Amino acid sequence: MAVQNEKQTKRLAVRLATAALVMFGFGFALVPLYDVFCDITGLNGKNFNQGPAQIVAVDDSRTVKVQFITVNPADMPWSFEPTERSIRVFLGEDRQTAFYAKNPTANWMVAQAVPSVTPSEAAPYLHKVNCFCFERQPLEAGADTEMPLLFVVDPELPEYISTITLSYALYDLTGEQKVTQVKPSKDKGRVSL
Amino acid sequence: MATVDVDLPHVKDEDPHHHGPAKGLGRWLYTTNHKDIGSMYLIFSLCMFMIGGTMALIIRAELFQPGLQLVEPNFFNQMTTMHGLIMVFGAVMPAFVGLANWMIPMQVGAPDMALPRMNNWSFWILPFAFLILLSSLFMPGGAPNFGWTFYAPLSTTYAPESVTFFIFGVHIMGASSIMGAINIIATILNMRAPGMTLLKMPLFVWTWLITAFLLIAVMPVLAGVVTMMLMDIHFGTSFFNAAGGGDPVLFQHVFWFFGHPEVYIMILPAFGIISEIIPTFARKRLFGYASMVYAVASIALLSFVVWAHHMFTVGMPLVGEVFFMFATMLIAVPTGVKVFNWVATMFRGSLSFETPMLFALAFVVLFTIGGFSGLMLAIAPADFQYHDTYFVVAHFHYVLVPGAIFSIMAATYYWLPKWTGHQLNETMGKLHFWLSFVGVNITFFPMHFVGLAGMPRRIPDYALQFADFNSMASVGAFIFGFSQLVFIYNVIQNVRVGEKATA
Repeated sequence: MAVQNEKQTKRLAVRLATAALVMFGFGFALVPLYDVFCDITGLNGKNFNQGPAQIVAVDDSRTVKVQFITVNPADMPWSFEPTERSIRVFLGEDRQTAFYAKNPTANWMVAQAVPSVTPSEAAPYLHKVNCFCFERQPLEAGADTEMPLLFVVDPELPEYISTITLSYALYDLTGEQKVTQVKPSKDKGRVSL
Repeated sequence: MATVDVDLPHVKDEDPHHHGPAKGLGRWLYTTNHKDIGSMYLIFSLCMFMIGGTMALIIRAELFQPGLQLVEPNFFNQMTTMHGLIMVFGAVMPAFVGLANWMIPMQVGAPDMALPRMNNWSFWILPFAFLILLSSLFMPGGAPNFGWTFYAPLSTTYAPESVTFFIFGVHIMGASSIMGAINIIATILNMRAPGMTLLKMPLFVWTWLITAFLLIAVMPVLAGVVTMMLMDIHFGTSFFNAAGGGDPVLFQHVFWFFGHPEVYIMILPAFGIISEIIPTFARKRLFGYASMVYAVASIALLSFVVWAHHMFTVGMPLVGEVFFMFATMLIAVPTGVKVFNWVATMFRGSLSFETPMLFALAFVVLFTIGGFSGLMLAIAPADFQYHDTYFVVAHFHYVLVPGAIFSIMAATYYWLPKWTGHQLNETMGKLHFWLSFVGVNITFFPMHFVGLAGMPRRIPDYALQFADFNSMASVGAFIFGFSQLVFIYNVIQNVRVGEKATA
């Protein structure tokens, strides 16, 4: 029994240890899987349709309320506000609005906004033709600017959604800008550093 | 270590390769004997149980009255965090591994565990893991204070400096659990006595086999999630940092992918223990052996697809809520099968009520209460009301204290005479049981009420209207906590002296 059994035991132990290693890898694989899942389903408000939308007809029988919210993380000194808090748009209508940003500090800074859509089911239907969140925004000390947003709401938007909230969080990237080169991001609506 | 200087005759008898164990501390450091290692695991678990219990009593002392009396809020948060971590990873899991070490080789007819050297290693790294974790209490900035679930960004961006020690502690205890699990699977699959087919194995062995597979599947995911935290904190990655394109909700998904199977890791071996004890004291065979095995297996499989019921309020879409709600409720079916089988085993049996049986009966009743409150929490729309309240605290303490802990107590009373050769003091055992039973219920039952009334968990202060139930709970906690001294005294007495066991 002994020798035969010891070999078997060793083989089994190695297999089980390999399984543990595979599961360690699986833990990390959950990160891209999570993003893929959110991309496909549009959950988490992460699926942002960028660029020109293929919408031909404007549905002037139905409107939707679009609200704008801005958030500054604790260490972000800029003032950052939507110029319009809430607008009503026709489905399929091209609409432009803008966000106001001011750098009150005495230093040159760079920031980028990260968007999020609520309810998340509405995310796939909000097409951003052009958005300031696509790129980084530099501002000289004390300077301010209006940052444009051009969007269309898809006429396919489910009936039960009557309000869409678009939220932007503005992050300070000044430190990053100094040490790293700006890489053009291929990710949809995600900032990769 | 109470048993250090006790002579254990069986070690000499059954190990033909050595001329008795080494003397002194070396015996325990170098031992590869499954019984020695099992004892060390159990003693270690008991120490951790007392340390974690002391922290619980600090929490309950502070909550005895509204307002801040005894401790700083930040220290209070450290206590809730460390209490949870120590009880889960230091008390319950090592206790079950210790019981597995003692009982599995004997129950499958093996001379020892399959990989005795690794067995020694998997125990001896454990005290260091907890030394690292506990040392963080004395560091500037204090111990981890972000809750045992260590949600990012609380545990990354806003964590105290000691979080790195916490991460390495978790790595080490995870490695220990994985090695223990590999050992148990190898023992069960390769070292059964001739003729013992899988479906003839005792249920404790079966439940541990399945638990070990759960451990191998999810402990590495826990190691992965703390590694991601480590990288976010020290190496500039952004797994959980929205500013860098990461997502804090991702943390919760990965954590609970580990976390939900983890709660079954803490209860499946308990099911096995209860399934051994009830037939003995009912003097009948276990009702529905095969269905018990299949029930445990299906609970284990289902545990992988229910994790998001811990996070119903993160803003999941309706489809997700519905899926996780029904998948969770489905677990009540195999669990119900087990409870009904235990009851059917007792039906028309000639019952007697010795200490192990009392703990087993309390397990069946109180675990079922915990199961029902779990079912209430599984209802997604209702969960929005219960989320992060004391109702959740009541629920998981009902399944873990009179569930996991009572089953460990029952197993100790049931098997200790087999280990030491001494009969237990039945009077003291019963005293311990009744004090614990009453204490546990006084502690945790009122938490249901304050939870439903809206008292949030993890807070050092609370609104006045919760005062009465909280002071009740605190009184119960002190009864339960101090009654464990009866248990310790009883066990030490049994190991040192005690009547010789009859059978």
